[in-house]
Amino acid sequence: MSYKALMCGNEACGEGAVLAGCRFYAGYPITPQNELTAYMAKRMNETGGIFIQAESELAAISMVFGAAAAGFRAMTSSSSPGISLKQEGISYLVGCELPCVIVNMQRGGPGLGNIAPSQADYFQAVKGGGHGDYKLIVLAPSSAQEFLEYTYLAFDLADKYRNPAFILGDGLLGQMMEPLNLNLKAPVTNLPKPWSLTGCRGRKPNIIRSLLLGEGVLEEHNKRLQEKFRRMKDTEVRAETFNLKDSDIVLVAYGSVARIAKASMGMARAKGLKVGLLRPITLWPFPDKVIEEISGRVKKFLVVEMSAGQMVEDVRLAVNGKAEVDFYGRMGGSIPTEDEIFERIEALI
Amino acid sequence: MAKVKINKDRCKGCYLCIVNCPNGLIKVSTEMNAKGVKPVFFSGGKCTGCAMCAMICPECIIEIHK
Amino acid sequence: MKKRRNKTGKSKDSKKQSVRQHVPVAEEQGSDVIFSRPQSLTDVENHYCAGCGHGIIHRLICETIDEFGIREKVIGIAPVGCAVLAYDYWGFDVAEAAHGRTPAVATGIKRVRPENIVFTYQGDGDLAAIGTAEIVHAANRGENITVIFVNNGVYGMTGGQMAPTTLAGQRTTTTLSGRSLRREGYPIKMLEMLAVLPGTKYLERVSVHSAQEVLRAKRAIKKAFKMQIDNKGFSIVEVLSMCPTYWNMTPIQAADRIKNEVATFYPLGVIKSC
Repeated sequence: MSYKALMCGNEACGEGAVLAGCRFYAGYPITPQNELTAYMAKRMNETGGIFIQAESELAAISMVFGAAAAGFRAMTSSSSPGISLKQEGISYLVGCELPCVIVNMQRGGPGLGNIAPSQADYFQAVKGGGHGDYKLIVLAPSSAQEFLEYTYLAFDLADKYRNPAFILGDGLLGQMMEPLNLNLKAPVTNLPKPWSLTGCRGRKPNIIRSLLLGEGVLEEHNKRLQEKFRRMKDTEVRAETFNLKDSDIVLVAYGSVARIAKASMGMARAKGLKVGLLRPITLWPFPDKVIEEISGRVKKFLVVEMSAGQMVEDVRLAVNGKAEVDFYGRMGGSIPTEDEIFERIEALI
Repeated sequence: MAKVKINKDRCKGCYLCIVNCPNGLIKVSTEMNAKGVKPVFFSGGKCTGCAMCAMICPECIIEIHK
Repeated sequence: MKKRRNKTGKSKDSKKQSVRQHVPVAEEQGSDVIFSRPQSLTDVENHYCAGCGHGIIHRLICETIDEFGIREKVIGIAPVGCAVLAYDYWGFDVAEAAHGRTPAVATGIKRVRPENIVFTYQGDGDLAAIGTAEIVHAANRGENITVIFVNNGVYGMTGGQMAPTTLAGQRTTTTLSGRSLRREGYPIKMLEMLAVLPGTKYLERVSVHSAQEVLRAKRAIKKAFKMQIDNKGFSIVEVLSMCPTYWNMTPIQAADRIKNEVATFYPLGVIKSC
């Protein structure tokens, strides 16, 4: 493949996986991520990988569990209702310390909703839609190029921590076509996985399990997991910032909304208003330190999301009362315009 | 005549071996093991080594030797 | 003399079977061992109730694995149910699975490691209730895996509730006056259902209620593993098993119940063999 291409976000995500050495994909069709499933069907065939259209999203996450347990880089994808189905499997993957990548191209909800873009699965991804104490590294790309690069990165992060990594996109980014630079460095695919199930020749049998019934054993296991999550928090925060040094109002937005908010920031700056933008790239670990640092001098934060307000809670926690936190959102698959956001900024001045 | 070895400490007293022995050579002990169960024992006699007792034992605690 | 019919109408004369040729010999020729614990079966006490069939079935699987010499290639998937801790008794690689998703996990493993021997071990809840979609589709795709389906007509681990395979009139903690066909539906015959799918190649129902039946069960399990070794496709062995505790019986009574009642509704024998 030549290093420049025109692809939609869904396909860019798939190509990022292929470049990272992903050779197992299981998924189930659901709009607006069908292009990703179809792309993986094509590319897994071309690269000698395994593609399975599973009978359900439930089955798909367990197939990924199996492939990951067997030591392979594996991925599944879906959209909001299908991601709900995967939650039990995600909890198992974390409990068993299995690496894999899960992609959610969010759509309007709750329930069957619609197929328009949304950001109302933030809580599900970041706070854990599955049961138990766990965290996933959640990456929020905001362009096709970022889908390529962050899906690629997700596999390395998953292997590094033996934990699933999550890509939180939306239907707008998934289906929007943009030019891509496919020139990424070679992946680390030969990471040794002595814990994986390969047949016990020459070693003691391996058991992949999350059931730990002995007195105190599960608590110890959880302590180790929490230590792992702490290391992720210390090391893996990623964010993009604009004009934070001289802003009275800071917009906070991720994914497609961040691009719209950036335009609003431009409109505001053109009118001499001191507006900045913080775009979290990792939603977990959240860039709370960035917010803490500026909370003293920033007057107001305006969080913009395609939801009733989910990330805004994490912003409020980080601001910790030192500044005002306002929210603007659209729900049910509706997309805010840069004019709407700009009007809100003006109202806050 | 085959030899039958039964680990009485791990016997849970299901007694399936007793009804599966075609010659009735396994019996219930009069004394309890540490589980509070009366384990089985091989009462001697002409064991043909058919190993039916061992095959039905869910605990795999019966060994048969020639 | 009991005759057993398989689907082609041929009868099997049970008296002709030589018992001795099926007895596993763990050590080499020249030893005096007629029967001993297979190497793959970990030498620890199991947690199953007295007279439970799981202990027997675990052993048959381990004997099979030892006799084929595949312990270092085998990857098992344990269910949710009484056998959730099966990996404590098996000396090879094992994964757990979310309840019912066992065949999906097996699919993931076998597709990326086709040279390994992958089998699932599932109870009647895992396979016939929460996991019906997964078993049907793994079977339909013709995954080259081996499925051991333990059918004891009740949910043991959780305290004796009705299973999809509970018989009509059977009392359980959720069918206190006996399973009502009108309210709870009929017991499901999974093997007969799965046989319809062209992707299924070998399906047999066996039992462990007597030593004779245990021998037949062993033969079926060996055949099911051989199907996979020879890349012949999806095979499943349903094993009728005792649950003395939740049938409210002694182990001997439970064994008799299989012979006289359960096996009448769930007939033993080959359902399909390609």
